[in-house]
Amino acid sequence: MRTLHTFHGGIHPPEHKAESNAQPIVQAPVSKRLTVSLRQHMGTPAKPLVQVGDKVLKGQMIGEPAGFLSAAVHAPTSGTVIAVEPMAVPHPSGLPDLCVEIEADGEDRWIDHAPIDYQTAPTQAVLDHIRNCGVVGLGGAVFPTHIKLGVQGQLDTLVINAAECEPWITSDDRLMRERADEIVQGIEILQHLLQPKATLVGIEDNKPEAVSAMKQAAAGKAIEILAVPTLYPTGGEKQLIKILTGKEVPSGGRPYQIGVVCTNVATVYTVHRAVNHGEPMISRVVTITGNVKQPGNFEARIGTPLDDLLALAGGALPDTNRYIMGGPMMGMPLPDSGYHVQKGSNCFIAASDALFPPEPAAMPCTRCTHCAEACPVGLRPYELQWFIRGKNFDKARTYNVFDCIECGCCSYVCSSNIPLVQYFRYAKSELMERDREKRAAEMARQRSELKQQRLEREKAEKAAKLAAAAAAKSESPEEKAAKQAAIAAAVERAKAKKAEGDAAPEAPAETIKEEA
Amino acid sequence: MSSPHIFEGHGVSGTMFRVMAALVPGIVFYVIAFGPSILISLTIASLTALAVEAAMIRLRAYPVKPFVTDGSVLLTAWLLALSIPPMSPWWLIVVGTVIAVVFAKHLFGGLGNNLFNPAMVGFAALMISFPAYMTHWPAPTVLAGVHLGFGDQLAYMLTGALPAGMEVDAINMATPLDTLKTQLHLHHTVSEVLQMPIFDVIGGKGSMWIAAMYLLGGIYLWRARIISLHIPLAFLGGLFLMGAFFYLKDADHYVAPWFHLATGGTMLGAFFIATDPVTAAATPRGKLIFGFAAGALTYVIRVLGGYPDGVAFSVLILNAFVPLIDTYTQPRVFGHLKNEEASK
Repeated sequence: MRTLHTFHGGIHPPEHKAESNAQPIVQAPVSKRLTVSLRQHMGTPAKPLVQVGDKVLKGQMIGEPAGFLSAAVHAPTSGTVIAVEPMAVPHPSGLPDLCVEIEADGEDRWIDHAPIDYQTAPTQAVLDHIRNCGVVGLGGAVFPTHIKLGVQGQLDTLVINAAECEPWITSDDRLMRERADEIVQGIEILQHLLQPKATLVGIEDNKPEAVSAMKQAAAGKAIEILAVPTLYPTGGEKQLIKILTGKEVPSGGRPYQIGVVCTNVATVYTVHRAVNHGEPMISRVVTITGNVKQPGNFEARIGTPLDDLLALAGGALPDTNRYIMGGPMMGMPLPDSGYHVQKGSNCFIAASDALFPPEPAAMPCTRCTHCAEACPVGLRPYELQWFIRGKNFDKARTYNVFDCIECGCCSYVCSSNIPLVQYFRYAKSELMERDREKRAAEMARQRSELKQQRLEREKAEKAAKLAAAAAAKSESPEEKAAKQAAIAAAVERAKAKKAEGDAAPEAPAETIKEEA
Repeated sequence: MSSPHIFEGHGVSGTMFRVMAALVPGIVFYVIAFGPSILISLTIASLTALAVEAAMIRLRAYPVKPFVTDGSVLLTAWLLALSIPPMSPWWLIVVGTVIAVVFAKHLFGGLGNNLFNPAMVGFAALMISFPAYMTHWPAPTVLAGVHLGFGDQLAYMLTGALPAGMEVDAINMATPLDTLKTQLHLHHTVSEVLQMPIFDVIGGKGSMWIAAMYLLGGIYLWRARIISLHIPLAFLGGLFLMGAFFYLKDADHYVAPWFHLATGGTMLGAFFIATDPVTAAATPRGKLIFGFAAGALTYVIRVLGGYPDGVAFSVLILNAFVPLIDTYTQPRVFGHLKNEEASK
């Protein structure tokens, strides 16, 4: 029996899983129009490969990975490209981003499937295949999976993150209950690529059905299914690694530095579909819940309009006035339903003021330290808040604001209702901006120094050249005398000219002034 | 409106009113032991505090309603009223409250910004300015030669007049701590002194039960997760260890440490005053240092100093050290070997 560890803090928000966790995954019908963002992952957006009017097949690559930190994007169904332009995407900036809009032809015709035999193919080929299938982390951070799976060196532990600690979300729960065997096949691909000494699957113990389904599927395999205590944010990558292995990812570091790779369970399923079936990532399981008539879980194509999914859930109730993509702790607020399913969309919550009462007006901090007691990183949010209010950003850095994972525990418990997470996001962006400016200034300084050095060097070279030329002329005494005579004569002439100029000064003086 | 989208915070007022609720059992036993005058002083302090708070908030151009109703000023008023003699003249209560709210709270920036515990600043100012009034404690009703009803107590507090033919000495007497100190100076031994009628099993008659109720209230605050036990336990520990050290050295001249826990402002101080989050240390280790030092200092002031009790002064002194304590006790952050930088 493996001993579980704990992390500091954490909270127990109302779980709200029961609304949707009994609803089996329903295949959502293909929408008439699908809007696929080319920025579905962390890193550089994919480069569009299609133009308006192009016919595309289901699974055809429509955006190719641009650079190392990037992933491919595919057509979720067959049809015609009707737009390649910036459209509304769920992003904190609220700015539109480049999307490909496809009008479905209703045939839903696949490309030829090209599975890859991961056991015989070279590792790099498998990684390239995963990259070209557009597999990214589906837990929310949408980090390109091929990079995670391509880490070099001996790996201690492969951690499969199936905690699903955010309230309301049940998509991973349903996936594990219904497709545990395929998840296990995915895990085996990861095991083959990474050769970990141990493989641990962490599932919060509020999902007993998922735990037993996974245990059954993993029976006899080198995979440990572990029920971990329900405590938000157990599903935070660093928190789950700490719970399962007792090891802490160093500040600012990545799990591989301590011999761990951590991947979301839905990502593993997608890897299986991509490798064993040759299916690129064109769909995912999405929980539609909150203020809707019949909450449920749907397997939806990437790019499906949120409105279509809401309709499948019986429609949003009339007092719905906004939506949340993701969970209520870290999810992104959406002002309306005019958005589309992203690879990172594990859940959409219809929100009303009754269901999600707006936070009361903030009062001054009384240093009650509930925030520090709840912080899973061990930060002192109340101290940080003081520094940031005073624009003392350097102090905020010293107090490790960059270690904040923005899980929202501090804001959740704050007895003065202070939006602490917003403070920290603000401080981070200010500090990053300052660092950028500092780097730019440093670069400019170096450039100017180099230029100065170059000019001085050129000057010295010129002087040396002249000196050399002069030396080469190596004057004889007669020539010297002649030169001196010539100089003396010139001086005389100048003197005479000056005496002349003093007598009639006006015009030349003005000229001189102008020149000056 | 970015994440998170859910909140459980009870608001400042939710916290303050629950702390006040935790004081209620103590107040009930106060009334039983000393008569209803404490209710009068609580009322005078509360009304003064609300009026002064409203005026200060208005002067500082803050929204009046949320700040006046946050409960913080009422709690300050209650803690002050519970710290000073319950049959104090009305103006003494008003002066103490004004000093607490205006000088200790608002001149430092109001809620959350004050360095020193406002109630204790008010108490200290009164103690230094009006020492005679501050040592006029009424005798417990079980011991008093005469019995004053509500009307008599109210009249005395408002006008200073006692019913015809009654002397002040008939209703007032020294506190248990004061009595002990005076009698020890008169070369009595502790065991002799504790035979006097003012003492109960381990404290003063009446006041022992009030202290027990404060302890009960404190346990509620801990269970309700409003306070952590770091400060109260460290405070009681500091006081107890100092007491035990002297008691073991010379039991004739130093009273047993548990006596110190049950008398004076110990329980009120440990659970309700030293735990004021605004003015107390905030890191776990810092809370332990803060509480322990305040408890030990309370003993020093009580036993070796000139004042009958030391809770207020020791808390105020430790308040001044909070920034230092907090700076040097920052806990380790996840993924850091130790907290390398914050403590620099």
